[in-house]
Amino acid sequence: MATVDEGARPGAERLPPEADLVVRLRGGDGAAFAAVLDAWSPGLLRVARTYVASDEAAEDAVQETWLAVIRGLHRFEGRSSLRTWAYRILINIAKTQGVRDRRTVVWSTLDADEHGPTVAPDRFRGSDDPYPGHWRQTPAAWPSPESEVVSREVRDTIEAALADLPHRQRVVITLRDVDGYSSEEVCSILDISAANQRVLLHRARAAVRGRLERYFSTEEARR
Amino acid sequence: MNCDEFVELVTAYLEGTLDPETRRRFVEHLAECEGCDRYLDQIRNTLHTLATLPAQSLPARARDRLLAAFQDWHR
Repeated sequence: MATVDEGARPGAERLPPEADLVVRLRGGDGAAFAAVLDAWSPGLLRVARTYVASDEAAEDAVQETWLAVIRGLHRFEGRSSLRTWAYRILINIAKTQGVRDRRTVVWSTLDADEHGPTVAPDRFRGSDDPYPGHWRQTPAAWPSPESEVVSREVRDTIEAALADLPHRQRVVITLRDVDGYSSEEVCSILDISAANQRVLLHRARAAVRGRLERYFSTEEARR
Repeated sequence: MNCDEFVELVTAYLEGTLDPETRRRFVEHLAECEGCDRYLDQIRNTLHTLATLPAQSLPARARDRLLAAFQDWHR
């Protein structure tokens, strides 16, 4: 099983600048390799997990990715960032693995579940109302957190919401909002347009918010 | 702007990709609608929480094996 390490987030990494990093890795600098390994593995594991059926399979895919990075470093041409390149390798490996796991994922054009409103239409007033398209009822306020620490149940609710998302939405929101990568990098990793990425991100965020809303309303009812 | 339009523009607003006219309508609506103000706030809250999900690390054995593989390759 993977261990939980809350300190190691990709955004918190302290890596040398890209050009420097590539030179050092090519030169066999073990400390530089340990630094990228620790900085990028958490994000790689999360993305791998969206393609394959178990944590163990995700770990295998990430290990295989790093071996491919080690062997391919001298061929890396710098047309993307090294991190983007590593993610692309991972996705290719994880897709192959995912097929073996019978969880085939197709990145075609928008799916049926990627159209239409992200908030249930019955939350808004109808066309016969003096204020059509306005909230019937203002969304209920969420409890203000008792501390800075996000509760275990809230995290579990979010993890469950992510797991239930259509695959492409799950990958995009994971990269953007969990790992904190930029829109440009995510488009480059997944080879999708900015507009397409935004649609997927929008639907994913609305779905996760909706899940939290349901969680908080049942919490409220229980009190 | 109506609320049902507002909720579909939230991501474009946060990404800074609304055209100036739509952005103006969005911000004006936000200023006068409690429900949409709360909705946007809850989206922001959701993003904040997503960013706090715990990271997973490779098991120590896998990490050691990869560090060794790196050294071997450069030997």
